[in-house]
Amino acid sequence: MATLQIIDLHVDVQTESGPKQILKGVNLTVNSGEVHAIMGPNGSGKSTLAYSIAGHPKYTITSGSVLLDGADLTTMKVDERARAGLFLAMQYPVEVPGVSVSNFLRTAKTALDGQAPKVRTWVKDVNAALEKMQLDHSFSGRSVNEGFSGGEKKRHEIAQLELLNPKFAILDETDSGLDIDALRVVADGVNRYSAQGDRGVLLITHYTRILRYINPDFVHVFVDGRVAEEGGKELAEQLEAEGYVKYTQNVKADA
Amino acid sequence: MTILVEKKLVEKKDTMNNLAEAVEAVESHLHPVPSWEVDAHPLPTGREEVWRFTPIRRLRPLFKPFEGELSHIDWDADQPDEVVVRTLTSEEARELAVEAPIDRVSALVGATGSWATLFEVPAEVECVQPLSITLHGEGRDSRDHFLFRVGNHAKVTIVVRHEGSATFASKMDVIVGDGAQVNFVTLQDWADDTIHAGQTSFLIGRDAQVRTVSVSLGGSVVRISETTRFAGPGGSIEQFGLYFVDAGQHIEHRLFVDHNAPHTRSNVDYRGALQGQGAHSVWVGDVLIRKIAEGIETYESNKNLVLTDGCQADSVPNLEIQTGEIAGAGHSSTTGRFDDEQLFYLQSRGIEESEAKRLVVHGFFNDIIRRIGVPELEAHLREVVETELASSLSEVSQ
Repeated sequence: MATLQIIDLHVDVQTESGPKQILKGVNLTVNSGEVHAIMGPNGSGKSTLAYSIAGHPKYTITSGSVLLDGADLTTMKVDERARAGLFLAMQYPVEVPGVSVSNFLRTAKTALDGQAPKVRTWVKDVNAALEKMQLDHSFSGRSVNEGFSGGEKKRHEIAQLELLNPKFAILDETDSGLDIDALRVVADGVNRYSAQGDRGVLLITHYTRILRYINPDFVHVFVDGRVAEEGGKELAEQLEAEGYVKYTQNVKADA
Repeated sequence: MTILVEKKLVEKKDTMNNLAEAVEAVESHLHPVPSWEVDAHPLPTGREEVWRFTPIRRLRPLFKPFEGELSHIDWDADQPDEVVVRTLTSEEARELAVEAPIDRVSALVGATGSWATLFEVPAEVECVQPLSITLHGEGRDSRDHFLFRVGNHAKVTIVVRHEGSATFASKMDVIVGDGAQVNFVTLQDWADDTIHAGQTSFLIGRDAQVRTVSVSLGGSVVRISETTRFAGPGGSIEQFGLYFVDAGQHIEHRLFVDHNAPHTRSNVDYRGALQGQGAHSVWVGDVLIRKIAEGIETYESNKNLVLTDGCQADSVPNLEIQTGEIAGAGHSSTTGRFDDEQLFYLQSRGIEESEAKRLVVHGFFNDIIRRIGVPELEAHLREVVETELASSLSEVSQ
């Protein structure tokens, strides 16, 4: 069984006026086979958690660690973290003009496996992954994320998740900006991935809507840079009814 | 804009000044008055607007009249059967040329040239095979004038390759007939010691469509001026450029599009990468929209990717607008290093940093290369870009 352990994670973001602390001691363990939802209001640090685990240069880990099967990700380069088994589906996937989706996917697969995929089966696999996301075959000839609609970008992220099949996936607001049909397609992809039984999912979301399609084993409420409450799916239902007011008021009271 | 936004050089202030001056001016102040007279083009000092980026000293051999017998450059052509090749006297060449020389270098080509070469595509001929010309520098000083005339409604791809070692001044004139479609590709793939300055002028017929691709890779100093004007309304030109500048190299592209007819269209997209101490690129994109040029549309873009320390990229877009009755006009210029967000995205998929950089540059240039339309040349250029990158990226990753 694989585990992703986030231990007392403190993270600063680099701003023009100097470093600013965003994460204030996050503790969270995801075991393979589990789906964890992280929910929280805007500005609570959810995306910072995702990007700092993946190693974005904007964020500095000041203390704490992130262990993937015991290996500390925080000392690794971005690409090494991915090769260790981590995947981040981004909220705002980046355009790479002139680089085709097929070239990109092949390069990524080659880097992750340490050898080039077999040509014949690979093309079939790519087409199948795109098809499952309801993306046309011609999609693989387009430049990465360039001119993609919001929905296409998110479906492309999940197509990558299925093709690259990492040990752990962090999905950063993959549901935001999707219409209900696209949301179903994306949720089906995530469910297929986690149905393998030995993969872990950390699903970051602002809305409860996606939890109607993806069933979380655990729900964590994220407020002011740390986990404020933990529970099962019933916690999401409570948030749906009551919102985050209760938690944000506490923060104000503390301050 | 997606690649780099480190340094944005949209020269708003200059454009405002230009506007005020251009209202009165008949000719663009950005563009010297063309003349066949050598004396009309004084010896440059380097302080002139059009010479201020150029290493004058290195270009000096091309400012002097040719001593001794004129040396044309060696060339051979692989041409479709329909293309007619003729030798013109220098008088005939002047008569046919799109415009007179805009600087001393090309004035000297005209003055010393005993003859010029004309390639002619007859009207309504659609050439399947490209007209492919290779100029070979044989280590000599050479000056040469080539003209291309494409008849009304004809269609052709012209590829001019420059190779070898030379001190070379060139003048090229491309006359495009009404409704014709021309794809004009030049490749400056010189040996390291070559000095090349040239002027290429396009005249675009009514409703004609022209695409140019200029690729500069080799040479010590390469300085190419491309000028465009229109023979009637409805014509369009798309100009693409690619340059890869190594240590000590100076590569300069100067473009001038004269929208002198209504409903014409121009689009310029030049991209360069620089690596190594003293690598210097210059891109100047001037556009003049004359009072008569209502309903035109123009956009100019220059992007520079700086791969190592010690490089300099100068990029100067200019618009002179004499009428507001246009469909659109704009320009942009970016110069900078790799975009952290792009590298993060690629690396987050397991791709190593050096490989991610290679992919980004591949994509950056592939956008231009894929428009060339000559598969064998496209493949060659992709290979050249890979080879160029191999040196700098291996250094980066160390």
